Amino acid sequence: MKKIVLMGNPNVGKSVVFSRLTGANVIASNYPGTTVDFSKGKMKIGKRHFEIIDAPGTYSLEPSNKAEEVSLKMLKKADIVINVLDATNLERNLYLTLELLEQDIPVIIALNLWDESKHLGIHIDEKKLEEILGIPVTPTVALTGEGIKTLVSRLKEAKTNKEIKPTSEEGRWVEIGSVIKKVEHIEHRHHTIRDRISDLTIRPITGIPIAAGIIFFSFWIVRFIGENLIGYVFEPFFEDIYRPVVEQMSLWLGPGFIHNLLIGEYGVEVDFVESMGMLTTGLFVPIGMVLPYIIAFYFMLSILEDTGYMPRLATLVDNVFHKLGMHGHGIVPLFLGLGCNVPGALSTRTLETRKQRFISATLLAIAIPCMAQMAMVFGILGPYGIYYISLVFLTLGILYVIMGLIMNKFVKGESPEIFLEIPPYRRPSFKATLKKTWMRTRWFLKEAIPFLFAGVLVINILYSVGFLQWLGNTLAPVMGLFGLPGDASIAMAIGFLRKDLAVGMLIPLGMNPMQLVIAATMLTIYFPCVATFAVLVKELGIKDMAKSAAIMAGTAVTVGIILRIVLLGV
Amino acid sequence: MNEKTTVLAHLKPKKKAKIISIVGGQQFQRRMCTLGIREGQTIQVVTKQPFMGPLTIAVGNCKMTIGRGMAHKITVEEL
Repeated sequence: MKKIVLMGNPNVGKSVVFSRLTGANVIASNYPGTTVDFSKGKMKIGKRHFEIIDAPGTYSLEPSNKAEEVSLKMLKKADIVINVLDATNLERNLYLTLELLEQDIPVIIALNLWDESKHLGIHIDEKKLEEILGIPVTPTVALTGEGIKTLVSRLKEAKTNKEIKPTSEEGRWVEIGSVIKKVEHIEHRHHTIRDRISDLTIRPITGIPIAAGIIFFSFWIVRFIGENLIGYVFEPFFEDIYRPVVEQMSLWLGPGFIHNLLIGEYGVEVDFVESMGMLTTGLFVPIGMVLPYIIAFYFMLSILEDTGYMPRLATLVDNVFHKLGMHGHGIVPLFLGLGCNVPGALSTRTLETRKQRFISATLLAIAIPCMAQMAMVFGILGPYGIYYISLVFLTLGILYVIMGLIMNKFVKGESPEIFLEIPPYRRPSFKATLKKTWMRTRWFLKEAIPFLFAGVLVINILYSVGFLQWLGNTLAPVMGLFGLPGDASIAMAIGFLRKDLAVGMLIPLGMNPMQLVIAATMLTIYFPCVATFAVLVKELGIKDMAKSAAIMAGTAVTVGIILRIVLLGV
Repeated sequence: MNEKTTVLAHLKPKKKAKIISIVGGQQFQRRMCTLGIREGQTIQVVTKQPFMGPLTIAVGNCKMTIGRGMAHKITVEEL
């Protein structure tokens, strides 16, 4: 099967073109570096099948980070390249085009963001461009689908241009200069309101208060949506509709291991959090407690991503992040990690050096709880008041900064300066936001439910053979160091599978709120969940992962003891 | 060199300037070029972050944030 690879500068809309061509959904946003890995999809033209590959964006064929290395690898496999260009920045986009044409692979150009270039008063003579480059050029607006049909129908015209010979960098720029003169005409344009908002949000005096406001407001919205979804949708469903079903099933099953496994202890009223049955806790934790917050979080994240706010935030926090051994773009793994640490860990690829990636990944694993875990922390600490929830987040926030400062000092290597394109603000479409929220929510359900079932199964089996009781007793002295009961170690062990389930397991231990704060904080720090762990091993390599894990364990013990002394006063 | 020549890092926000030269390693120069920071181009500083933080600049239709150190390697002439 022939392979068609989408190549282009970062943030020109390759992933949107990909979705249009294949019907497959991939995450697209308005900031450079959304795509850090390739996605594959299929397309049928006439009777022939093609494989379409969406590659991470790159400015040239000389990679400067891991994501760009991926796109180079993809190019080597290509039979045809669709070179997606940003029509609003034609000049610098053409550099990659010339490099591609030197490669002897058939190329076709999608001149994307065509509508936006019109609004900006940029006139491009696409026919002339086609004539000069000697390859097909099709204007597209991938977001609305305009021009995609033409692009597909012209795919077979993709070709090489033998007249373009490999040349020096300077040679390419000279050539681009002469092309631009012939095909592009730019009208003078006045400052628009969009420019003014852009300036206000990036200038420190106005930008920092706005950033604080946006972050506060985002969290408020997440809690508001999450709480109301639980209160008005999910809890009524589980209590009024699902509970009678489970109770019927309980009677029908009768006592025994199967009952314990599916529902929990026989003859005891079902408690959806504590019963530890696959159909009770195994479903209620992911769907009844976590899912509402996942929906709320990803809804808000989509809006932040699609407007183009993220690179501006990265600019504002660059100074702080530089002191922590990264640069401003380190905010992206942090934000994505708040949803789930797995995409957070993958996005460290956009950082240039090993030092930056190591610090960013280790801080993510130590101090960034995922939304699933946070939802459960809201659930168990919420009844005691916002004060206790704040303690957990304050501790983790301080830890992020302190560990970053320390690692910046001791981890060898360089942390280069920020170099980040600031895309224009775009109005996120409601449909695209809902679709993206749904894609990520579905991904959560697919990932979380199997692990939760596995977790509940493992707990039931290990309880019935007495292993967990033994573990609790054996580790009681260690847990004592942190002022926690021995059985808290069981939750820590299960935390490797799913952190949300582990937080839920703290409830029946009868701890006071301060102990819950300590346990919830330590559950974040000590080790990532297995899904994140697997990604980190791949991204960092085994040796660096071992170092990172040692830092995690050391930090967890230190913080646990400090928290015991400060919060419990013993 | 004349009095209107300065490094980008010292250019006042909102002032337009022409890029005279870029010093630094080949890889650095290439990266600048691919984002349109080349000799002869008109450049403008949008804003500077305090405490030696990064600069946001505008070249052509494109805005980007670059580190203060990078901005010291770019010589410009005020227009």
